[in-house]
Amino acid sequence: MDEQMDLLRFATAGSVDDGKSTLIGRLLLDSKAIFEDQLASVEATSKSRGYDYTDLALLTDGLRSEREQGITIDVAYRYFATPRRKFIIADTPGHVQYTRNMVTGASTADLGLVLVDARQGMTEQSRRHAVLLSLLRVPHLVLAVNKMDLVDYDEEVYNQIHRDFTAFTSKLTVPDLTIIPISALQGDNVVTRSDKMPWYEGPSLLHHLEHVYVASDRDLVDTRFPVQYVVRPKSDKWHDYRGYAGRVAGGVMKKGDEVMVLPSGLTSRIAGIDLFDKEIDEAYPPMSVSVRLEDDLDVSRGDMICRPKNAPTPSQDIDAMVSWMVPEPMRVKRKLAIKHTTRTARALVKNIQYRLDINTLHRDQDTHELGLNEIGRVQLRTTQPLLCDPYATNRDTGSFILIDEATGVTVGAGMIN
Amino acid sequence: MSTQAGYQLSHLDELEAESIHIFREVVAEFEKPVLMFSGGKDSIVMLRLAEKAFYPARVPFPVLQVDTGYDFPEVIETRDRWVERLGVRLIIASVEQAIKDGIVVDDGKTSRNRLQIGTLLHVIEEEGFTAAFGGGRRDEEKARAKERVYSHRDEFGQWDPKNQRPELWSLYNGRIHEGEHMRIFPLSNWTELDIWSYIGREQIEIPSIYFAHNRRVFERDGMLLSESDHNPLRNAEEVKERQVRFRTVGDLTLTGCLESSASTVEEIIEEVAISRVTERGATRGDDRFSEAAMEDRKKEGYF
Ligand SMILES: Nc1nc2c(ncn2[C@@H]2O[C@H](COP(=O)(O)OP(=O)(O)O)[C@@H](O)[C@H]2O)c(=O)[nH]1
Repeated sequence: MDEQMDLLRFATAGSVDDGKSTLIGRLLLDSKAIFEDQLASVEATSKSRGYDYTDLALLTDGLRSEREQGITIDVAYRYFATPRRKFIIADTPGHVQYTRNMVTGASTADLGLVLVDARQGMTEQSRRHAVLLSLLRVPHLVLAVNKMDLVDYDEEVYNQIHRDFTAFTSKLTVPDLTIIPISALQGDNVVTRSDKMPWYEGPSLLHHLEHVYVASDRDLVDTRFPVQYVVRPKSDKWHDYRGYAGRVAGGVMKKGDEVMVLPSGLTSRIAGIDLFDKEIDEAYPPMSVSVRLEDDLDVSRGDMICRPKNAPTPSQDIDAMVSWMVPEPMRVKRKLAIKHTTRTARALVKNIQYRLDINTLHRDQDTHELGLNEIGRVQLRTTQPLLCDPYATNRDTGSFILIDEATGVTVGAGMIN
Repeated sequence: MSTQAGYQLSHLDELEAESIHIFREVVAEFEKPVLMFSGGKDSIVMLRLAEKAFYPARVPFPVLQVDTGYDFPEVIETRDRWVERLGVRLIIASVEQAIKDGIVVDDGKTSRNRLQIGTLLHVIEEEGFTAAFGGGRRDEEKARAKERVYSHRDEFGQWDPKNQRPELWSLYNGRIHEGEHMRIFPLSNWTELDIWSYIGREQIEIPSIYFAHNRRVFERDGMLLSESDHNPLRNAEEVKERQVRFRTVGDLTLTGCLESSASTVEEIIEEVAISRVTERGATRGDDRFSEAAMEDRKKEGYF
């Protein structure tokens, strides 16, 4: 194995029948992530259903109930690797009634892959997929124009979709857009470039996925270290050891750095950064490390280590876009638990400012609640200050989940403005 | 660290960081976690990650193994060395004892792996564990692809695939009610190849039966099974000596081995990389009955 392989997480979205399962099946198959016994079972099923081809889509659908209904209704994670990269696919259902699943899949994605059928071009669904990926600040977007074989690999079809989609996404926050004409079924431009579309000069889909540059997507400037746990060995050898364990959410931390701990505001310097039994020179996202400080401060879970001149402002008033995930609607005055970084508090819904129509981007100001799969701008008041950044600058310190205190269920996800 | 320039972690470092984050999160938020230890390579990698997460403190939870009575001796030896080195408490839940106590029923048709479910749930309830780490990976089987890292179990230990909590960013929701518990899968995003690469990189000690060795075996249902007192031969079955290794280590009456000369981690990685049959499909008798077998067992509370 090549030690220098890195990791790319991407989320896929497509309307039913755009060919998403076929495409994923092909990526898995061509990268040898599919095994003989899986392929044999899919071949047998295809045959028993009277298909004259192997339905690669069968490789990916999960639970039996969904198999029976013939649709995918939850986020499923799939894995494949090439010598350059390991890939984690968050395979999400595309229909509007599964918006929450798409939000979930997109939350961890470095890249979003939207599929359209070349014969239909851009649809309300594909617009919505782009809107959600942009709302979740997925840094890279790929539009795969699928079924090019059914439009005779016509350049003009591709160009029209290219124009439409580029015009639409110019209104959104899409830092990096790539549009690739493919045939998932025939394999054109999926793994290797196809000779059927000589007019297309860009990379194949897999080549793009392998090479898209993601190292600079995370915030490497603003130091953010939410303390997760305090490591205090109760042994003679490590009597005085006190390490603040956590995952770097932003910035590059080094020994000797002057730091400030929030919410206390006390300052100290980094005495050392440990990764297991080794002291390391620097720590950056998303590393899990233990930080030791020069001074004996009172630091505990929920605190945040940052720099004295670059710290989030603690606030109890949170203004955020919230994606609502359960049938019982979100209403003003409702009390919920909120989990933000490693801090948990309670939150009161003060105001629902508007509901965003994710198809038209229209803001409906007359609303007083958010229903299942709806997204809106909301103001919350929390019992404790949260140490937050705008989601647009940091996806880790700018996000939270809302939990129903009675049922324990995750009812909403928020992105701080 | 393998990559300093460019501030990009290698895939193994990123997986490791994610798993360590999960271990710490659980210990910070749950009163009584436990690590479910099968003795296999995945649970050993879990132990290694737990060791890293809390170093130089001790792993702050016990390790629980369900003893089927049909475990490979090599697996037990490795387990004992790990437990001793880390200084963790080992809890052994015996299926044999559970049968005697009437907690599970051995009707002669049910495999030991399935009897483990009842035994396990009983121990979790008795000891009051609120979180149980399991070595499951999403790449293992279709039914696992949608499982969360925090997988909620009701008071009967059951999993409801239709009603899973959404899991966003790395914000895990650990809320449970009295009597419920959470299964935690820190290796969710690892593949078999990742596990092997990590074992190689970290030089992690795993049971010797993963490596090629000579063994007296016989063929049953297309699988090579180990000769053993627990495995009485049926008519026409014939024992022969072969060079084999195991890809998974479970109940020895059901876990097949394959002919292989791979005797180092590197050779195994090579073999895995070109192998064309899934781990479970190849050598786990209990998963082969139907495509939905895994899903059924998961609903019942299998790890
Ligand atoms: N001609 C052609 N058919 C395709 C292509 N991709 C998918 N299909 C077919 O379109 C149908 C829907 O595909 P599927 O992958 O199940 O779509 P999903 O609902 O988006 O997952 C199936 O009959 C596929 O064989 C393609 O590139 N060309």
